[in-house]
Amino acid sequence: MSQLVTGRTGDWEVVIGLEVHAQVSSQAKLFSGASASFGAAPNENVSLVDAAMPGMLPVINRECVYQAIRTGLGLKAQINLTSVFDRKNYFYADLPQGYQISQFKHSIVGAGVLRIVLADGSTRDIGIERLHLEQDAGKSMHDQHPSKSYIDLNRTGVALMEIVSRPDMRSAAEAAAFVRKLRSILRYLGTCDGNMEEGSLRADVNVSVRRTGAEFGTRTETKNLNSLRFIQQAIDYEVARQIELIEDGGTVDQETRLFDTNTGTTRTMRSKEDAHDYRYFPDPDLLPLVVTQKEVDDLAAALPELPDDIRDRLINDYGLSPYDASVITEERDTAEFYEAASAGQDRKLVANWMTVELFGALNKSGQSLSDCKISPAMLGGLVSLISDGTISGRIAKDVFADMFETGKDAASIVDEKGLKQVSDSGAIEALIDAVIAANMDKVEEYRGGKDKLFGFFVGQVMKQSGGQANPGMVNQILKSKLDS
Amino acid sequence: MSDLLDLSAVEARAALDAKSISATELTSAYIKAAEETASLNNYVLLTPDHALAMAARADEKLAKGEAGLLEGIPLGVKDLFCTTGVATTACSRILQGFTPPYESTVTANLWAEGAVMLGKLNCDEFAMGSANETSAFGPAINPWQSAEKIDLVPGGSSGGSASAVAARSALMATGTDTGGSIRQPAAFCGVVGLKPTYGRCSRWGIVAFASSLDQAGPFTRTVADNALMLQAMASHDAKDSTSSVVQLQDVMAAVGQGVSGMKIGVPREYVMDGMDPDVMALWQQGQDWLRQAGAELVEVSLPHTKYALPTYYIIAPAEASSNLARYDGVRYGLRVEAGSLDQMYEATRAAGFGEEVQRRILIGTYVLSAGYYDAYYLKAQKVRRLIKQDFDTVFTTVDALLTPATPSAAFAVGRKIDDPVVNFLNDVFTVPANLAGLPGMSVPAGLNADGLPLGLQVLGKPYDEASLYRVAGVLEQATAFTATPTRRAGGAK
Repeated sequence: MSQLVTGRTGDWEVVIGLEVHAQVSSQAKLFSGASASFGAAPNENVSLVDAAMPGMLPVINRECVYQAIRTGLGLKAQINLTSVFDRKNYFYADLPQGYQISQFKHSIVGAGVLRIVLADGSTRDIGIERLHLEQDAGKSMHDQHPSKSYIDLNRTGVALMEIVSRPDMRSAAEAAAFVRKLRSILRYLGTCDGNMEEGSLRADVNVSVRRTGAEFGTRTETKNLNSLRFIQQAIDYEVARQIELIEDGGTVDQETRLFDTNTGTTRTMRSKEDAHDYRYFPDPDLLPLVVTQKEVDDLAAALPELPDDIRDRLINDYGLSPYDASVITEERDTAEFYEAASAGQDRKLVANWMTVELFGALNKSGQSLSDCKISPAMLGGLVSLISDGTISGRIAKDVFADMFETGKDAASIVDEKGLKQVSDSGAIEALIDAVIAANMDKVEEYRGGKDKLFGFFVGQVMKQSGGQANPGMVNQILKSKLDS
Repeated sequence: MSDLLDLSAVEARAALDAKSISATELTSAYIKAAEETASLNNYVLLTPDHALAMAARADEKLAKGEAGLLEGIPLGVKDLFCTTGVATTACSRILQGFTPPYESTVTANLWAEGAVMLGKLNCDEFAMGSANETSAFGPAINPWQSAEKIDLVPGGSSGGSASAVAARSALMATGTDTGGSIRQPAAFCGVVGLKPTYGRCSRWGIVAFASSLDQAGPFTRTVADNALMLQAMASHDAKDSTSSVVQLQDVMAAVGQGVSGMKIGVPREYVMDGMDPDVMALWQQGQDWLRQAGAELVEVSLPHTKYALPTYYIIAPAEASSNLARYDGVRYGLRVEAGSLDQMYEATRAAGFGEEVQRRILIGTYVLSAGYYDAYYLKAQKVRRLIKQDFDTVFTTVDALLTPATPSAAFAVGRKIDDPVVNFLNDVFTVPANLAGLPGMSVPAGLNADGLPLGLQVLGKPYDEASLYRVAGVLEQATAFTATPTRRAGGAK
């Protein structure tokens, strides 16, 4: 599939690599016992270690290590049984130690792969280069005082997973699909809540352009994008900027850029010349991080079924379309809802009702699946009434709206409102006879060859029945009467 | 009163248990001794009220028969150990006014065993120095004097600790040893100093200099006291990832076990050009004593010894440059206000760190820089492994090594400070043990021609402190080191 961008002088290929920072879901921070929860009052979750008091030492939180391994397994990646924590040295007011503990040379997770799903339902494999554990920094607040900056160290030392992709993506849409899929896997695994607004998941995008088949161009890195929209905007802006620059005879500088959320543009943060010399070296306060193969195997055995596997199952075993299967499996709770709702029902019909009616209603009302009044069993119940002919698809839409509103189940709504489909042939015949008698002129026209009028008669009969007549029977009886 | 100050800790513990003296009495004598010898500048902070309160508690424990290992023993704490509610500065202006709300694991262990804190002891700024001359509080002075009566350095970095124990203003003291900072001052002041195996004592709550080398240890006047204090200090600590789970041996029992049947190595590379002939003679004497006590002495080779100092002076500053980044004026200690954040850092660190500390931060920053890392830091790490392998090889055939502790006796205050490289050479015999993580001990073994103490060093296998105490016990007996310094408290002048 060609995804070239056309410039003034020809076509350009876009090359994108991502570095995603995902906050590890854990009780405590990576190297201290302080709470890693979000939303506490400033500097409430700060231990002596986080504040880098003299003589304080880091101690690894094993649960964070396990979360990184689970994520690595979810990315079908190599798990390194020995990895090393390094210090990344730089001064900043919200970095109390004067260095960030990270993994530079020997990361806990090596090469893996992530399968992205594109808009047309097709998939593409994006390489994962590595995943490593590192500490988050604190937060500087420059708007609280006219001349001073305030520092909140709550985030200081919270565990992050930095997930680095290969430069395998070729469009902003693929980059967005990558982050969406990664977020989905993280949430399935429970290793990161994926909350982009709260900063639990943020991405740095590396973008370059080249002529097809040429060497990689010089890349820029745009930092700290915390929404799918911003990621795509930043990439689109960078692509256009770089192509214009090169076509005008200039060159792209390797530099770090910032994204302006107000204008949707990027600007230079620091050039390669100003790049920090981080003076990485192994942290002498920590021994190499060693995990056993048994620990890895135990974590692998306890892993939940992942979206790709569920998606394949929905397509192959249930016959769903790749699109429906992707939509349903993007979130773990949606997939579980679907599995429960469709058990013993027409799987495709349930998928259809879920992706069209249920998601549409949720979208419209701004509700999430968890606070919705319709349970999986209720949706299954509605579909079963359709399947066994108790109600028609049209009536079912009204019943669904009622269910969504009131939380009542489909059967009782159908009973209370008397919406049961009429399949009594005598009753339907009577309705048809009345409609024919009232429209003799149209019957003549029909019999004279105007076939299209059949739909008119069906509509009239359904209308007379209040929508409750069994449409199949109406069709059949009407045809025999008109054609006789 | 002078009798009290001359009791060893083991003797004092017996007297306390026998109720022939009280902890309060002993502590009062030491407080007085510290005041009397204040001109030695070995304490940077005396905490007499604190000490007397702890002594009173010790007396209660003693009365109830619940005495700990060090119940009622007054000791001094190197100002590198964080002590709850008591100022801790690492003898640096940058930690001016810093009072930690927490207690280091080592000192907490000591208090749990009933020890009494007399105060905080002088040291080189952030333990960087070999003469205690880089302290923001000015130099600590060695209580020993040569005939010329000029002030001598007590060694460093734990100079205040060695000086106080020698001067009888502390019965024991804590120290830390990164490249010889316990063993060299112990030798200069005629006291016993042990650098335990790396990982033996927790580093938690000790102001860090070089994390992979730092190790806390005891200063005492006798070998048995040293073993007693080590027992109280050492522990596995879950708060220090590099702390060892290997159990400490029965080091008290080892002190009197003798060296009969032990094989003791004498490394030929420790013969250095320009070594004090008295040091050479004492080293030979030490070998003879051990042979007479039944040990077999063998010459061994540690071929990479000559690379130890340059390796140390790359690794230690590298780690220090990063460890000291936290002293930035933002959260605690000194802050010099300036226009921007970067300017505040510059002004604060320029005013807060002394010359030697700044020199080492610069060296460390340099050797870790892009383009230099491989040539310096990485190469130094490789050489460090070779040095460790030298020892591993030698220890397959010998139980311990005997070397001089220092190339010379204590020198005059101010004599060498102008030449940092000469100062670095003080560490030539002590640094290899830090690089290899081995235990090393300095034992007073005699006086030089000027009447100044000299020490011998015993090195052992990792976690085999017991062998050091066996050798040191024999040396102590053979030496019969009874001389005391002229500027001591309580002694007949």
